[in-house]
Amino acid sequence: MNAFFIKIVLLFILVPDFSFTEEPEPDFKIISFEEFEALTSADSEKLRIYNFWATWCAPCIREMPHFEQASKDNPELELIFISMDDGRRPERVTAFIEKKDIQSPVYLLNDVDFNSWIDKVDKSWTGAIPATLFILPDGKRRFHEGELEATALQDLIDQLKP
Amino acid sequence: MKTTATLALTLLTLLCLSSPSFGQNEGYSIGDEAMDFELTNVDGSRVSLSGMENAKGAFVIFSCNTCPYVKAYEDRMIQLHEKYAPQGYPVIAINPNDAQISPGDSFDAMKKRAEEKDFPFPYLHDETQEVIKAYGGSRTPHVYLLNKENGKFIVKYIGAIDNNYQDASAVTKHYAEDAVASLLKGQNIAEETTKAIGCSIKWTRKSE
Repeated sequence: MNAFFIKIVLLFILVPDFSFTEEPEPDFKIISFEEFEALTSADSEKLRIYNFWATWCAPCIREMPHFEQASKDNPELELIFISMDDGRRPERVTAFIEKKDIQSPVYLLNDVDFNSWIDKVDKSWTGAIPATLFILPDGKRRFHEGELEATALQDLIDQLKP
Repeated sequence: MKTTATLALTLLTLLCLSSPSFGQNEGYSIGDEAMDFELTNVDGSRVSLSGMENAKGAFVIFSCNTCPYVKAYEDRMIQLHEKYAPQGYPVIAINPNDAQISPGDSFDAMKKRAEEKDFPFPYLHDETQEVIKAYGGSRTPHVYLLNKENGKFIVKYIGAIDNNYQDASAVTKHYAEDAVASLLKGQNIAEETTKAIGCSIKWTRKSE
């Protein structure tokens, strides 16, 4: 009995990753625009999709499940949600992630000096959300301002994916 | 039959994706003449650019009830109006959102918001979305500063109110105010266009 108890204790000590949660927590962090640019300019063999959204934006929330589904269906994709929510209240975003069971990483881009960076994401972007930036493995970019329906998103992915 | 329908849908999708979405590349540029309009105000009156007495121009601001960025800027819109209406540049707020899509932006909701905030400026309903389409507004809030020149309203500034929606005391660039101040001094406007993250316009869906 005593030996069994020691074995259990050892298990916890020796296997630090042992965890009772069944699903991994989705990746959430607050980033600067410089960190966003570093992400987008990194090398990748995948079609990267950066979807700009916010918890209060109805059309953004409507299109989110299409992006999550596309990410599940297409392993050659890497989807990251870029939140435009208030950086002073990240709990609004983390609560949303939990409630809606968002699986993809969510980064809150915390830079309200919008005019200093919108053109760097894409010159055609007027600043309205939702908006989505696609980056191909060769670094080419495609930008879409406005809500995407599931079929339109899949058509775009089929056109762009490696 | 089904194939034709699928083909038509695919073509339509491609067309939508390849064309600039929702008129974002259309509308006015700096120096263009802005159209006049006559829209219903929350007090029931009709308001037009040409009907404003003693105006040297106006801040036409596409606005609404439901956007958190608009809410963050409402007090600053009031201040802008109180400071510059006496100098000839009143604020005219226009809600272009379709109430079918965004019920919180209905005319009744506009009246309520105007009363709550005691707006000193007109708050108009662009029910047909004709005005926002002509101007090329794409988000709320979206500012167009107009200057009256030989009886025409000329676009002098397009963009954001300032560079910090979260905290008025942390603003380092007062774009809209700097633009009108330059006009009043007869100087060139340093930044004629700026961008900001904003809420998308709730466009009326075309009936099939």
